[in-house]
Amino acid sequence: MELAFVIEKFILVSLIFAITLGIAAYSTLAERKVAGFLQDRVGPNRAGPAGMLQPLFDGLKMFFKEEIIPNESNKFLFILGPSLALLTACIGSAVIPWGTQLDIAGKTVELQVADINVGILYIFGIVSLGVYGTMIGGWASNNKFSLMGAIRAASQSISYEIAMGLSIIALLMLTGTLSLKEIAMQQDGFWADGWFTWNIFKQPIGFLIFIICAFAECNRTPFDLPECETELVGGFHTEYSGMKLGSFLFSEYINMFVSSAVMSTLYFGGYNFPFMHNLGLSDNLVTILGILALFIKIICFIFLFMWVRWTIPRFRYDQLMNLGWKILIPLAIANIAITGIVITLIEKNAG
Amino acid sequence: MSIPLFYFVAFLSIFFALMVIFAKNPIHSVLYLIITFFTFTIHYVLLNAQFLAIVNFIVYMGAIMVLFLFVLMLLNLNKDTEPMKSNFVKIAGVIAGMCFLVTLVGSVKTLHISEPVLLINPGLGLVKNLGQVLFSKFLLPFEISSILLLSAMVGAVLLAKKEPKNI
Repeated sequence: MELAFVIEKFILVSLIFAITLGIAAYSTLAERKVAGFLQDRVGPNRAGPAGMLQPLFDGLKMFFKEEIIPNESNKFLFILGPSLALLTACIGSAVIPWGTQLDIAGKTVELQVADINVGILYIFGIVSLGVYGTMIGGWASNNKFSLMGAIRAASQSISYEIAMGLSIIALLMLTGTLSLKEIAMQQDGFWADGWFTWNIFKQPIGFLIFIICAFAECNRTPFDLPECETELVGGFHTEYSGMKLGSFLFSEYINMFVSSAVMSTLYFGGYNFPFMHNLGLSDNLVTILGILALFIKIICFIFLFMWVRWTIPRFRYDQLMNLGWKILIPLAIANIAITGIVITLIEKNAG
Repeated sequence: MSIPLFYFVAFLSIFFALMVIFAKNPIHSVLYLIITFFTFTIHYVLLNAQFLAIVNFIVYMGAIMVLFLFVLMLLNLNKDTEPMKSNFVKIAGVIAGMCFLVTLVGSVKTLHISEPVLLINPGLGLVKNLGQVLFSKFLLPFEISSILLLSAMVGAVLLAKKEPKNI
């Protein structure tokens, strides 16, 4: 544990943190721009050139607004709720491999904060913790609507975690590892041994289930029942104002970014891009291009999140539960069985 | 480095476990219990049992405690609705607790404290090794426990099922 190692990791963590916050901030602008585009209007264009300073002013507005803490609420938990939401959103990105490695002045720098051998399970742990912020905040507000929102969030997140876990099992049977770094390395390039290397071409059903569950876990439309304003005023954040409300909303965008990164890494090859070894470029350049490729994939996923939000109306609550328990879970189990059979057949043919 | 760390985490575990009992508000109790489980996760990591640590994290902290919190929020217990306990119940509780303490201390005294066992394979807690052991050496117990869980799940679904309406 020498000093250089600590400094290296510290720089990497700060960089990832800054990029995460930056992308999340500009996602708020992009959301409104995309909404404008899809609804055939302009979107925010007053603050700065083409509205580019909008996130900054939104943030300032949130900070300068009056903070109201309801009299009958539980003050400590009321503040803990949004803090937890923001915290759990930020720590998920620790195990994502952003690239292979860079050679800087003869020193190899790994572009992953922590390569733990239970990487995917760590992400699941963080996802399952994410609901506490919503639940605690909703309960501490001492408001019936908030409580309803909190309870909806809890049941929704638990239901969809199961389907998400099952959809991942089929993928893990293929990869044979839980480490995100190794999964990314296995998807090297784009084409090998007569088939695509990216997992999306091996696990299309698994990916479909995973992305639906990711929408549900991020509380995005069509699954944003916890903050369903037509039924519950504001859902779990009815009583929140100022930056505490801002933290809740902001954590949703960070979650979106992290889940996009996870989906890119698991199914879309992470930092790999087609013909990466045939370009005749140096290793460092390929790595940097790989990072760019990963971010392009992430931004495409974020755009997909927004596209769906402004296209599909919200589910009804019983529809949400039926989809989770009666369609996604059996489908995921069937996917596991099919994957198992196919793997056995292929291994038999090979040897 | 690891022994002072162990004592510190052990202290935290016991402290938060006590807070679970002493907290007046049931929601606070559950939150303290979550922190207690988190300290258990750290213990597992210190024991090099990564898989157990992360499963404890996901299942206990992430799922079971969410359900606890869920039920408590629905019940909405607070001081006003809590039934008053009579003094008789309190005295009976104290006496029963004392008897339990005496039994516990007696049994602990007779315990033979063995030397700490050194594991033959210190990497047993890693996912790969654990999976191999589960699917070779302990295959039968593993499968039987999974059938037990399945039957419990079927039973729970059956209990929760709506009764067909009799006309």
